[in-house]
Amino acid sequence: MDNLLSIVTFVPALAALILIIFLRGDEAAAHRNAKWLALIATSVTFLVSLFILLQFDRSDTGFQFVEERTWIMGLTYKMGVDGISILFVMLTTFMMPLVIAASWDVNTRVKEYMVAFLLLETLMLGVFMALDLVLFYLFFEAGLIPMFLIIGIWGGKARIYASFKFFLYTFLGSVLMLVAMVAMYSDAGSTDIPTLMRHEFGSETFSLMGVQIVGGLQTLLFLAFFASFAVKMPMWPVHTWLPDAHVQAPTAGSVVLAAILLKMGGYGFLRFSLPMFPVGADVMTPLVLWMSAIAIVYTSLVALVQEDMKKLIAYSSVAHMGYVTMGIFAANQQGIDGAIFQMISHGFISGALFLCVGVIYDRMHTREIDAYGGLVNRMPAYALIFMFFTMANVGLPGTSGFVGEFLTLVGIFQVNTWVALVATSGVILSAAYALWLYRRVVLGDLIKESLRSITDMTRREKAIFAPLVVMTLLLGVYPALVTDIIGPSVEALIAEYDIARAEGSTLRMLAQN
Amino acid sequence: MATIILFAPLIGALIAGFGWRIIGEAAAMWVTTGLLFLSAILSWIIFLTFDGVTQQIELLRWVESGSLSIDWAIRLDRLTAIMLVVITSVSALVHLYSFGYMDHDPQWKEHESYKPRFFAYLSFFTFTMLMLVTADNLLQMFFGWEGVGVASYLLIGFYYRKPSANAAAIKAFVVNRVGDFGFLLGIFAIFYLTDSIRFDDIFTTGPQLSETQIAFLWTEWNAANLIAMLLFIGAMGKSAQLFLHTWLPDAMEGPTPVSALIHAATMVTAGVFLVCRMSPILEYAPEAMMFVTFLGASTAFVAATIGLVQNDIKRVIAYSTMSQLGYMFVAAGVGVYSVAMFHLFTHAFFKAMLFLGAGSVIHAMHHEQDMRNYGGLRKKIPYTFWAMMIGTLAITGVGIPLTYIGFAGFLSKDAVIESAFAGTAGGYAFWMLVIAALLTSFYSWRLMFLTFFGAPRGDKHTHDHADESPKVMLIPLGVLALGSVFAGMIWYNSFFGHTDTVAKWFGVSYAEAEAHAEEGAEAADADHSETTGDGTHHYVFTGAPGEGAIHHAPGNTVLNDAHEVPKWVKVSPFVAMIIGLATAFWFYILNPALPRKLAEVQRPLYLFLLNKWYFDEIYDAIFVRPARAIGGIFWKRGDGNIIDGSINGLAMGLIPMLTRFAGRAQSGYIFTYAFAMVIGIVVLITWMTLTGGAE
Repeated sequence: MDNLLSIVTFVPALAALILIIFLRGDEAAAHRNAKWLALIATSVTFLVSLFILLQFDRSDTGFQFVEERTWIMGLTYKMGVDGISILFVMLTTFMMPLVIAASWDVNTRVKEYMVAFLLLETLMLGVFMALDLVLFYLFFEAGLIPMFLIIGIWGGKARIYASFKFFLYTFLGSVLMLVAMVAMYSDAGSTDIPTLMRHEFGSETFSLMGVQIVGGLQTLLFLAFFASFAVKMPMWPVHTWLPDAHVQAPTAGSVVLAAILLKMGGYGFLRFSLPMFPVGADVMTPLVLWMSAIAIVYTSLVALVQEDMKKLIAYSSVAHMGYVTMGIFAANQQGIDGAIFQMISHGFISGALFLCVGVIYDRMHTREIDAYGGLVNRMPAYALIFMFFTMANVGLPGTSGFVGEFLTLVGIFQVNTWVALVATSGVILSAAYALWLYRRVVLGDLIKESLRSITDMTRREKAIFAPLVVMTLLLGVYPALVTDIIGPSVEALIAEYDIARAEGSTLRMLAQN
Repeated sequence: MATIILFAPLIGALIAGFGWRIIGEAAAMWVTTGLLFLSAILSWIIFLTFDGVTQQIELLRWVESGSLSIDWAIRLDRLTAIMLVVITSVSALVHLYSFGYMDHDPQWKEHESYKPRFFAYLSFFTFTMLMLVTADNLLQMFFGWEGVGVASYLLIGFYYRKPSANAAAIKAFVVNRVGDFGFLLGIFAIFYLTDSIRFDDIFTTGPQLSETQIAFLWTEWNAANLIAMLLFIGAMGKSAQLFLHTWLPDAMEGPTPVSALIHAATMVTAGVFLVCRMSPILEYAPEAMMFVTFLGASTAFVAATIGLVQNDIKRVIAYSTMSQLGYMFVAAGVGVYSVAMFHLFTHAFFKAMLFLGAGSVIHAMHHEQDMRNYGGLRKKIPYTFWAMMIGTLAITGVGIPLTYIGFAGFLSKDAVIESAFAGTAGGYAFWMLVIAALLTSFYSWRLMFLTFFGAPRGDKHTHDHADESPKVMLIPLGVLALGSVFAGMIWYNSFFGHTDTVAKWFGVSYAEAEAHAEEGAEAADADHSETTGDGTHHYVFTGAPGEGAIHHAPGNTVLNDAHEVPKWVKVSPFVAMIIGLATAFWFYILNPALPRKLAEVQRPLYLFLLNKWYFDEIYDAIFVRPARAIGGIFWKRGDGNIIDGSINGLAMGLIPMLTRFAGRAQSGYIFTYAFAMVIGIVVLITWMTLTGGAE
């Protein structure tokens, strides 16, 4: 099977197409069919994607399963995975069946809902596999549309504001990235990503309208891409769209957003920023590191005072993404290994936390923390699972949340101890906000009249959480499952990056003298 | 065998936690307890047959990234062996005790099943604590370190309906995290400097680290000192040393067996264990060790002063624990790790017993914890009384001065104080500990007198129905009483004998001191009895760093010097104890009105102590409130006004488009609109790339 990647990518789209064309009617049976088809399609996608994982050669640091075809208007359709991208592909295919299963109670516009999620999966998978600049851009930008629709149609009361904000933010970033891509093409003469990774973009310092641009073209290109990825990540201070988007999105939307969409930013840094613009990245590293450290402390403090459960978890996500950017720009093995690990792990943990909110939101239709209290009295299973993921979110050793945090911090300590100090203080703050949330929602006596008849999790809900619990524990106890796969590719990435960076700084030294 | 000891409690916890619905409540309780007793028996076998040679058992790969490579592995040496018996013995007894104590807990409703959960938590705690002490690298130790934190959190908050219990649980976890913050930075620094965090690798780097400078934050530090300080911050959190101690008294919200197991005998001693474990590095960090000594001594004193005036029986014992932990840190700080472990070992017995005894009193008094409502219980609960009496005799250090006969605390505490004198040349730490010994005696006897002597006070009905606890609670007390009486005398020489005895026990090599080379040669073969010779037994530790369980830098002869302190030093803790006892007797038996009068006369001082030196209030004012206030400002002002404000401002430039957009949005066309926009971009980029590249 030499087109395995395409199969995985387009199975969900195909299912969406089938839904659009063949499914008619709005009665219960049609709803059920739509749900089952979506569930089967996403599950098949996951099963097929396992073949990618099984056949993946861990020692090969290049791209594997590469497919290359000419396409319309002279463009190239090129897909492939390496040690950095494969786990994002797996994360996506793993999460999507769970997301669909979590949406079982949706009953408005079910067909459109499922179509949106199926298309979203195709587009997300495309982002992680595309090896052509234009193709990447298509997937990257088009992914906005289904998410925009999901928030806009099935969202909460202020969904218009949220989806608009979401769109505006990401759109502004994209425009800059677009310009940069055009510039890259005119400089390198190719849109092939592996070629661009080998291409050396100009890094001679020049002045533009009286401003010295250290690192030259690379710095400009870096910044343009940075604008897009930083918003997606999201990094402080361009993170404010995320809490609003999360609050308004339906549960499944939040899960996809937190578990997968946010990872596109981190993936972008690893695929484009570091390998293509090493000098630019080197020049901007201090800024990025400090933005990350500030993000961790700032958003943790903000999380401490939230009154809406989803907002709190959204802010906690921003803090966790701070570890990711910090690890990436620490640019050593532990830092980048940790960053990728943190992204994968955060996919499971934050996804599960949003599902936890969803469980009680489905019952009470509110996310106000004050509306709850004492749930443990009637929902012991829920209390257990929520506790587990709260602890994983706090970064308890033995869960996957710890490994990523620890590795990124080990990485950054070797680079900048101040940033390490500030970022490490996140372990205190995360414990404070997470346990405070848990206490207010789950612990205490059950005194609120409205909660008297609340029921514990159903079998379906437990079944959704089970795989997430397993993954979180498994990766926490045996993280080699991840690091064995990403290790060689990360090592190669760093080796290239260090060489380019050293050359860049020599050049700058020479220029100064 | 070590693997069985380690995992039996985990298996028990899983069976009880998840399987109790299938096997039933009683079965769940027996399974956990049975497995714990199995662990305890195996631990004693290891402890008694251990030959001092470090063993390692690899279990599984763990974190691997570049040069960082960490396994799940068990390290078994003398320190581990000591901790194993302490943990599993106390835990097994506490499990047994809980059968009685947790029966008919009034916190729960009739039909509620809380016992399997409690036993599962206890076993889970035991597992994580065992992970901590058997760790072969710093990260696994941190796993146990955090694991016990979680178990402690769960058990303090066991009565989850009580707001105070929930608050205490969070406080315990978060304050501990402050310590962990230091611990983590210490791990990072060690990895940065030595490229490993396995004990075998880092232990040999001590001398080298003391020569290394590391840039950390604003300046250059001595690497060994920096690492030692950072790790000690971790120890301060877990062992409730001054400034990070505020969680421990609040932790008394948990059920009393928990206090005995976690907050007296095992978890809180993890910090002491860490310091001893890291001796190969700490030995080369003299300034950091001075700080350890100083802080330990200060904690011993401050905690003892607060203990003087507390009225809750458990809180008195909690402050006493904090104070005794200070003693252990002083011993470690002056470089006599064996004595720190000695006091840890004996303290585990008598402090667990005091807590379990207090639990028995509380159980008899229907969960009344205020000592002002006790009195005259001696006759009602005689077994408990005698157990508490033995515990008190042990903690206050009763024994025959200048001999080796006495209760466990007598031998170990005197060993600490003598070491402190030798290690600091009779300085601050020594005097603080002697004063603390006096205060210890006072508050311990105060507790005894208020509880068991005098006239019954408080609710008459409760007193009438005060019955002795069931056998399952009394048997553990009996076993611990044996330990409290004999543990000190039996193991005195192993921990605080002559250098060669201690060295053999910990698997470290030793040699005769040069000055006494000739005399020593004969003595080397001689049987080392307890006789304090006249210079015949002069040995020095010579083990290389990483050899055996503890390490002493060349020139560390404090253990030897401690045996040769003046007689008045050796007698001083005994005198302090007598003064404390006499004062307590005068205050609470002879003249019971006196304490109140004194409190009135010295009101500011009394309030200062009663309010625990106002640590909680100060922390609330300078950390908790500001954090929340800053969070609020960041949220409303930072995110709301500044960031969103500017973004909205930016958007205002696009007002015409915005209004149209918003208008459309309301009429439901937003999706087509958005769709069109993105399609537009897509077309745009395609066109631009094609033409742009064609130049």
